[in-house]
Amino acid sequence: MENMINLTIDGVQVSAPAGSTVLEAARLANIHIPTLCYLKDVNQIGACRVCVVDVGARALQAACVYPISEGMVVKTNTPEVRSARKTVVELLLSIHDRKCLSCVRNNNCELQDLCRDLGIDDDDRFAGERNHYDVDDASVSIVRDNNKCVLCRRCVAACHTLQNVGVIGPVRRGFNSAIESPWKVQLAQTSCVGCGQCIVACPVGALKEKDSIKAVDALLASGKHVVVQPAPAVRAALGEEFGMPMGTSVTGKMVAALRRLGFAKVFDVDFGADLTILEEGTELVQRLTNGGVLPMITSCSPGWIKYCETYNPDFIPNLSSCKSPHEMLGAVIKSYYAEKAGIDPKDIAVVSVMPCTAKKGEAKRPELSVNGLADVDEVITTRELARMIRRAGIDFANLPDEDFDSVLGESTGAGVIFGATGGVMEAALRFAYEVVTGKELEQVEFHEVRGLKGVKEADIDLNGTKLSVAVAHGTANAQKLLDSVRSGEKTYQFMEVMCCPGGCVTGGGQPIVKSDVRAGVNVSAVRAKALYDEDAGKARRKSQDNEELKVLYKEYLGEPGSHKAHHLLHTTYTARDKYENIK
Amino acid sequence: MPDNKEKFEQLNQVIEELKDQPGALMPILQHAQSIFGCVSLDVQKVIADSLGVTLSEVYGVATFYSQFKLKPSGKYIVSVCLGTACYVKGSQKVLEKLSEELKIPVGDTTDDGLFTLSATRCLGACGLAPVMTVNDEVYGRLTPDQIPAIIAKYRG
Ligand code: SF4
Ligand code: SF4
Ligand code: SF4
Ligand code: FES
Ligand code: FES
Repeated sequence: MENMINLTIDGVQVSAPAGSTVLEAARLANIHIPTLCYLKDVNQIGACRVCVVDVGARALQAACVYPISEGMVVKTNTPEVRSARKTVVELLLSIHDRKCLSCVRNNNCELQDLCRDLGIDDDDRFAGERNHYDVDDASVSIVRDNNKCVLCRRCVAACHTLQNVGVIGPVRRGFNSAIESPWKVQLAQTSCVGCGQCIVACPVGALKEKDSIKAVDALLASGKHVVVQPAPAVRAALGEEFGMPMGTSVTGKMVAALRRLGFAKVFDVDFGADLTILEEGTELVQRLTNGGVLPMITSCSPGWIKYCETYNPDFIPNLSSCKSPHEMLGAVIKSYYAEKAGIDPKDIAVVSVMPCTAKKGEAKRPELSVNGLADVDEVITTRELARMIRRAGIDFANLPDEDFDSVLGESTGAGVIFGATGGVMEAALRFAYEVVTGKELEQVEFHEVRGLKGVKEADIDLNGTKLSVAVAHGTANAQKLLDSVRSGEKTYQFMEVMCCPGGCVTGGGQPIVKSDVRAGVNVSAVRAKALYDEDAGKARRKSQDNEELKVLYKEYLGEPGSHKAHHLLHTTYTARDKYENIK
Repeated sequence: MPDNKEKFEQLNQVIEELKDQPGALMPILQHAQSIFGCVSLDVQKVIADSLGVTLSEVYGVATFYSQFKLKPSGKYIVSVCLGTACYVKGSQKVLEKLSEELKIPVGDTTDDGLFTLSATRCLGACGLAPVMTVNDEVYGRLTPDQIPAIIAKYRG
């Protein structure tokens, strides 16, 4: 039994675990204390003072960092408290570019919520001079607009603590303080990996993805044959944008909506995921048997790839040469499908819907093309897809369920779980087991690689052969894992790394969940459950059982790892210098 | 530059001595500034990498405290007196004109490394107010329209 502490908050008796903050204790008593800079487990720095309460001390205290103690009496709703909070927000408004109506976060903004909840009745109370900043939109993934920044530093914590990248931080002081990249360079010049974890941490509209909707509009109007492919994780979160409960899987409605938006074919990146498993699993088995470089590390996550190339280039030989699933599928669409459909690949455009902002940069990598044609033409995030659906007046919640198009639409449960941390590993194990043992795998679930521990390890028994595996999500966790391998402390044969904490379900392109919701719900776990449930409900749960995929190999690619497969589905990596463009 | 190598050796020594103590960044930056005269990008990169912190953190601290200079001083230090006498006679206007002419704010150095613009207190030449100096040369009874010609002289 945890050591409990008793206190009174607004006259309510509360008992909370020792070490809790006033904010956490108040939550247990269903008392809402407003916050701004606080983001559970990410940013707890007591900086903004929106959360001040009366704890009986001389000065008001920040509830998000103030520890509870026995017999403490807290008041969260005195005139003094209300007025202090209001002043904090009024001061923020005085330096804020308040163009809500054209703001990407209109109606999903924590600053708007505060204004409403604290009863702000004059947004010009402290009108005066303010700084004007150039919008930094040179990055292919991220747009930063400091005119809307409230200096909460949540993005900084996400970038430093979760991702171990740290290319943005507070600079200067006082009236001139801002969040910037060092030496006034734009984000594009830094070694930002494009993950978008800063975006989903931001309470306001100061951070957003680089817009690709206009480019997709242009493709749809171009007369080209425009094919769309949504990633596994998109279906686990898109419903949230339309008021559905978190964790609702909306696969069928998503397909229907994409068709209504005018795409010629709706293919499934889950198919690409199954394809990836056959290629990557085959590569693993080859490395194991031919004395190749081990541990082999997955290569589906472009943020992770960029992180590895920049911060751990010595691990490049460990990266699987496999392209990521949507890039593979793009290459297959512009070859196999083009041939089948009798369309010149030049007249086909591929649009990917991704839970990810780093994928926008990935699609622009010159090595991810075949015969001079990019595998994927444009990438939109889950949020951008929601914007397109709303703009088209589609009543998403009431759409019928529709199926993906043949011949690249079938998927197995193994492809579905790619969206959760450990999913690629589990899918690969379902394949590798049968290849290595020559036996049918009965129990397809590998629970030891599921869940949200930062680094998961398991020894898998492949009928007498031991396979040591590890899974990391969030590049800070990945760094720990790599360090332990580099030092020789740990030895594995196979590792999965996903750039974003929780994997793709909580990628930087997913619907943004406000901090007060995040404080109470584990978003990654709830969304991942939708994928694991979908997997459990599938008749086929191993990539090698995908019938359309079998046809693709039989008619076109030959064997996994064949010459043709290599030409279309595999790629190379480049060591990068993290300071290269900072001058 | 040969003596630059020596300076970096000095810096590495300082880092080695201090790096394990908490809050080492601040004293290391101070030493770096006294070794190099400024904490330039190259110096900050070395500090970041040897402390295992990001360049962003080092730059953040270096810009938080006004004691740190990010660039070496220019070949010509242009100082405008903002003492009372000069101020009253319009030295602020002179300073603004210089800032415009050199395209840098006060305290900064031009990208070609030629000029550093600064403001000083009374230079003891109040009779000549408003006064500015360029290295050791003193210019008095200035008006903003004289500035371009004076700067042009040093541009050569
Ligand atoms: S960030 Fe929020 S308050 Fe600011 S303009 Fe956007 S919606 Fe409005
Ligand atoms: S996209 Fe990722 S790496 Fe880039 S600034 Fe944001 S959090 Fe940091
Ligand atoms: S960009 Fe967003 S998250 Fe970062 S400090 Fe500004 S408001 Fe906070
Ligand atoms: S100080 Fe508590 S939320 Fe910012
Ligand atoms: S006030 Fe300028 S020289 Fe004295």
